[in-house]
Amino acid sequence: MKIPAADSTPSLPKSLTGIAGLDEITGGGLPAGRPTLISGTAGCGKTMLAMEFIVRGAAQFNEPGVFMMFEENAAELTANVRSLGFDLEKLVADKKIVLDYVHLERSEIEETGEYDLEGLFIRLGYAIDSIGAKRVVLDTVEALFAGLPNHGLLRAELRRLFRRLKDRGVTAIITGEKGDGNAITRYGLEEYVADCVIVLDQRIQDQISTRRLRVLKYRGTAHGMNEYPFLIGMQGFSVLPITSLQLDHAVSTQRIGTGIPRLDDMLGGLGVYRGSSVLISGSPGTGKTTIAAKMIETACLRGERALYFAYEESTAQIVRNMRSVGIDLAPLQEQGLLEIHASRPTLLGLEQHLVVMHDLVRAFRPTVVVVDPISNLTMAHDDVEVKPTLMRLIDFLKKEQITAVFTCLTGDGDSNSTLEGSQLSVTSLIDTWLLLRNVENTGERNRTIFVRKSRGMPHSNQVREFVLSGKGIDLVDVYLGGDRMLTGSARVAQEAQERAAATLRVQDHERKLRQLDSNRKAIDARIAALQAQAEAEAEEVHFGMSQETLRETATYQTIDAMAHQRGDLANGVGGPKDRR
Amino acid sequence: MTRNPPTDTPDAATAPLFLSARYILRLYVTGTTPRSSRAIANIRMICETHLEGRYDLEVIDIAQHPALARGEQIIAAPTLIKTAPLPLRRFIGDMSQTERLLAGLDLHIAAESFPPGIGC
Repeated sequence: MKIPAADSTPSLPKSLTGIAGLDEITGGGLPAGRPTLISGTAGCGKTMLAMEFIVRGAAQFNEPGVFMMFEENAAELTANVRSLGFDLEKLVADKKIVLDYVHLERSEIEETGEYDLEGLFIRLGYAIDSIGAKRVVLDTVEALFAGLPNHGLLRAELRRLFRRLKDRGVTAIITGEKGDGNAITRYGLEEYVADCVIVLDQRIQDQISTRRLRVLKYRGTAHGMNEYPFLIGMQGFSVLPITSLQLDHAVSTQRIGTGIPRLDDMLGGLGVYRGSSVLISGSPGTGKTTIAAKMIETACLRGERALYFAYEESTAQIVRNMRSVGIDLAPLQEQGLLEIHASRPTLLGLEQHLVVMHDLVRAFRPTVVVVDPISNLTMAHDDVEVKPTLMRLIDFLKKEQITAVFTCLTGDGDSNSTLEGSQLSVTSLIDTWLLLRNVENTGERNRTIFVRKSRGMPHSNQVREFVLSGKGIDLVDVYLGGDRMLTGSARVAQEAQERAAATLRVQDHERKLRQLDSNRKAIDARIAALQAQAEAEAEEVHFGMSQETLRETATYQTIDAMAHQRGDLANGVGGPKDRR
Repeated sequence: MTRNPPTDTPDAATAPLFLSARYILRLYVTGTTPRSSRAIANIRMICETHLEGRYDLEVIDIAQHPALARGEQIIAAPTLIKTAPLPLRRFIGDMSQTERLLAGLDLHIAAESFPPGIGC
């Protein structure tokens, strides 16, 4: 727990209470050496708070204390606080604590003139001196008003008492019953204790009771003004330290993988930021828990610790179910890296759940925390209340640099309005939002995933199909064609169809090429035939022509021969023209 | 200590209990303040007047013996505690309101009349 001691020391010395959360709200504890008034209705934990202040002072801060009680006796008180793990008897025996039960029976007392409360003062002073007490509790000093009739005198004496406590420099807690209406205490103790006033309150809403604490006044110091839920748990009093007053937690630039490589790819290739908050939302059966479990497994395999708050399934069931998708959580549990905390959401109110979470987170110190699902926590509560409480949880986890993974169940169905409407209250607090959806098509249902938002990193705008199998989780590209998106077997069928079509196309091309080839060959053949024909014709022509020439020559020779036979006269005269 | 033995006083057989019982009184004061002195003087006078010879009065300064304050459940000062006869009664103040004190010590009635059958 970090206490801003440096800020507070110059202004006002403070005394640590050791009570989880209260020291943060008050910026370092109660005003040292001054009285603090704690007011509240019956049964809201005044005595417990005061007791813890004393016990922790004695046990942790070496500041012995006196607990002066007016209502319970020492034995009752010892028994009451033993259930919370404080061994009062030992502290008393060690002279760390003095328990003084002031018994006042109105019926036994008769006023017979002037008196003062010096007896009480001496008694208290003696108790303080006997152990060197630094802390004092008066619980509930108002009982004096019931026991002593002279209220005017009592007031004057109380004023003197508080003055004296201040002079002695003890840090005191005065408890007081809440008065009617707006009165802080029934007898107006706040008039005398002006330094610090803390109001406790118990309210019942939807059959679930919630206790709240508020620092009404703290003179000379800044303090949280809100109402803070608190719980009296196994470790005693704890105030939800919650939201810190500032929004100044350190951020990490380190990225951690989700364990699903393709999901990391969608998140800029590196996964989510350490210490960021991740919301996985989706309708039933979309694989929210599986993704969360995968992230846990991945963290544990890195050697980090993870804490899993399950509000739907028992530990054994989660382990069994996750094994079916190849995530084995059991060995991680055995190694002490993983703690699964399963409980019914209706067991406690929302605040109490958060207090329990705080306690466990502080004790276990994980780096990843899963809350599965937050929607169950919110079931019984108003949405108005859910946001601030979740904000507190997220703030707390961020401050501790713990990566938070929340799953959120959304309405079944396709309508976007119900899907997103139910998450409006929390999504603005979330850094990375993964949305899972069921896509129903051609008689089957498939899971799809997309990154709805992811602050501070490039992230994919693509819808991926989310496939769960015995081998684990995988993301597959969905089929996008035309104006359709196909998943699952429809995608497979479509892809097969496309493959078949492609094969057919290839075959068609080959066929066409072959046809072209054969056509070309046919044409070539025809060309050859025609050429042959042409050559044949040419030959014919040549043959005819040469025949004629031969014939002519033969004729001339015949004529010549004839002429020669007829006489030389005809030689050289005439010719073929007048052969006939 | 539940009953005062009647043998304590000479007229035990006939007188009512409040006349015969022996009174054990302790007065707790804080230091020597005027109020303390007044209380001591007042109670002494009452005892002498009404309980002559049958009372034990112890004056304790709790400023000197602070541990006693816790054991005796002292809150106010001065405080007078009557441990006997029963019932135990506490008186706070400077014992100046004699009437009240006498009534509380069951001496008021005794001082005026002796109605029979009235005991403690």
